[in-house]
Amino acid sequence: MTLAPFVILLLAAAVGYAINIQAARAIRSNGVRLHSLEGFHGLFSLLLVIVPVLTLVLLWLALEGGVINRLLMASLPDGVLDGLDSGAVQLIGAEIRSIAGGRIFGTPEDWKLEAADRLIAYRQTSAWLLVIVVVLVSAALVFFARGKVAAEFRARQGVERITLGLMVFCAVVAIFTTIGIVAALTFETIKFFQLVPVTEFLFGTNWEPQIPIREDQIAAEGAFGAVPVFLGTIVIATVALVVAVPVGLLSAIYLNEFAPHAFRKVVKPILEVLAGVPTVVYGFFAILVVAPAIRQFGQSIGLDVASNTALAAGGVMGIMLIPFISSFADDALSAVPQSLRDGALALGATRGEMMMNVVFPAAIPGIVGGVLLAVSRAIGETMIVVMAAGLIARMTINPLDSVTAVTVQIVTLLIGDTAFDNPKTLAAFALGMMLFLATLVINVFALRIVRKYREIYD
Amino acid sequence: MDDLRQHLQVAGDEEVKISARNCQVFYGDTHAIKDVDVDILDKTVTAFIGPSGCGKSTFLRCLNRMNDTIDVARVEGEILMDGENIYDKKVDPVQLRAKVGMVFQKPNPFPKSIYDNVSYGPKIHGLARNKAELDEIVERSLRRAALWDEVKDRLQTPGTGLSGGQQQRLCIARAVATEPEVLLMDEPASALDPIATAQIEELIDELKQNYSVVIVTHSMQQAARVSQKTAFFHLGNLVEYDDTGTIFTNPQDPRTESYITGRIG
Repeated sequence: MTLAPFVILLLAAAVGYAINIQAARAIRSNGVRLHSLEGFHGLFSLLLVIVPVLTLVLLWLALEGGVINRLLMASLPDGVLDGLDSGAVQLIGAEIRSIAGGRIFGTPEDWKLEAADRLIAYRQTSAWLLVIVVVLVSAALVFFARGKVAAEFRARQGVERITLGLMVFCAVVAIFTTIGIVAALTFETIKFFQLVPVTEFLFGTNWEPQIPIREDQIAAEGAFGAVPVFLGTIVIATVALVVAVPVGLLSAIYLNEFAPHAFRKVVKPILEVLAGVPTVVYGFFAILVVAPAIRQFGQSIGLDVASNTALAAGGVMGIMLIPFISSFADDALSAVPQSLRDGALALGATRGEMMMNVVFPAAIPGIVGGVLLAVSRAIGETMIVVMAAGLIARMTINPLDSVTAVTVQIVTLLIGDTAFDNPKTLAAFALGMMLFLATLVINVFALRIVRKYREIYD
Repeated sequence: MDDLRQHLQVAGDEEVKISARNCQVFYGDTHAIKDVDVDILDKTVTAFIGPSGCGKSTFLRCLNRMNDTIDVARVEGEILMDGENIYDKKVDPVQLRAKVGMVFQKPNPFPKSIYDNVSYGPKIHGLARNKAELDEIVERSLRRAALWDEVKDRLQTPGTGLSGGQQQRLCIARAVATEPEVLLMDEPASALDPIATAQIEELIDELKQNYSVVIVTHSMQQAARVSQKTAFFHLGNLVEYDDTGTIFTNPQDPRTESYITGRIG
């Protein structure tokens, strides 16, 4: 039944398309010159039907549930909802809906069974209404579009306007979604800062986000100093970059300038495959292979190594970033014009000198942009650190120690049964906000650098 | 062949700098240069003319082994410079290129300062023992390229900020800074306006006092103005090579005549 409106809509669009093309052809065969080609008359009708009717159907389906629910609650016998809070009212609604769906538990009261029958009736009415409305509106639009067909009618401009509108809509959707996310984050962050002072969060060096679950529970009053959490992220990201930047850059330089063509043809796709490995798989690798290896090696030379070190998490994250940096650097190096390479070689520079003195310096802005984007990926990376980094926030910069990361804390704070009105949960939003701001600044900076450098050679 | 022999006698009076014998170039399966024999004289401007795709730039790039940087290119035959085959295994192309400078069609200054552009060659070849010597080389090269007076107050500004003609003269300064013996120029003025072109041509005329200059050009007027010897290439063959005056007034080969009178091109 839900499928019916869509089928009708598509049929109407197809019919409108065919009718308009026929009409336009008829005019043309009379020897009159059309302003727009027949196809545009057809498309005009098609778009004129699909866009408004599809919007109508989607809105209807989105709002239907709420309207029916309100009607249902209003139709319940007087008195049954008296004295119940909103949660209990919602429960009754859910029970009626499951009865209507045929899932009956125990022996519900008669008024609930009656309500379930009414619910089914409402739903059927709504579905039929929708079908009727879609048929009527589609038919009206098809007729309207048919009436527009004339030699001088500017169907092409009409089609272009509607298409343009669709494109604007799609572009705006992404922007508004982002604004929505930021707004949600901001509201929760403000709530958090009403419970915990901003200064404690920004400058406190103690992170113990525990709060008593029951009134009488003996638990520490939570501490929300985010410094050690961010320090952990910085330590892990630094380790990752120490691994990724040199390896990525050198591999890019080799592939770009020195590698034989056949080698490049094999290795580049492999590097791109590496970029496609899911981060959870890198997480396995970190926790099952790298971390034990580092621990064993450390113990064999008499070092005290934690089991989930920043070194393991950061190192594996660095491996994840190698293809990212390498492909960015490769693009930047390839963008340096061949004429500069020729110029250096013609002066008697070796390939190495040419790369070191001319090509690499010319590519530096692009490479820096790529590295900055890698930094923001490193600090936002979640799965590897959730699996391989620790949970306890420590004030340390020792990569052999266990540290936690911002993303890890966000995940742990939001797991389990938590109410959204205590500082423990809200802290996750504050951390997310900080992370968002940090990556935003880095990305803006990186994109500016990349753009500036593009202007030089284009 | 008669006229070639006749020319070789003339060449005997002056010193031959580069001589090519049976030179062939292949790009993959394409036979781009066929059996080219030519003697290029010292302290002379030699022009290569011919229609697009005739192989004149390809042959020019053989003279400093720039074709080595293209994977599919293959050079056969001999090219002797001062009697030594530059394609011999014991010749290092990097050192050869220091002796045979090259200027390209489009000015290609490095995105560095004017000073660093000119001093780059001397630095990588260790031509200066200290900063003072390097300064001297930079000044001398810029003077030779007739650019010194225009840039002496802003040597530390980027070379890419100069005008097109100045950039090309900077590239010439950069090439002469390594003290080459031969200067190859691949259509050095084709991206420049008439005034800058005139300056470059004047410069080429002065450069021939010190170097053997080989210039590829599309403009026959330019070849007539600046060169003493002209070689006409067509479809990979060296059709005719003689004194510039002879080529333009009394060509021996009908193809040369067709080209310079504008019937093929």
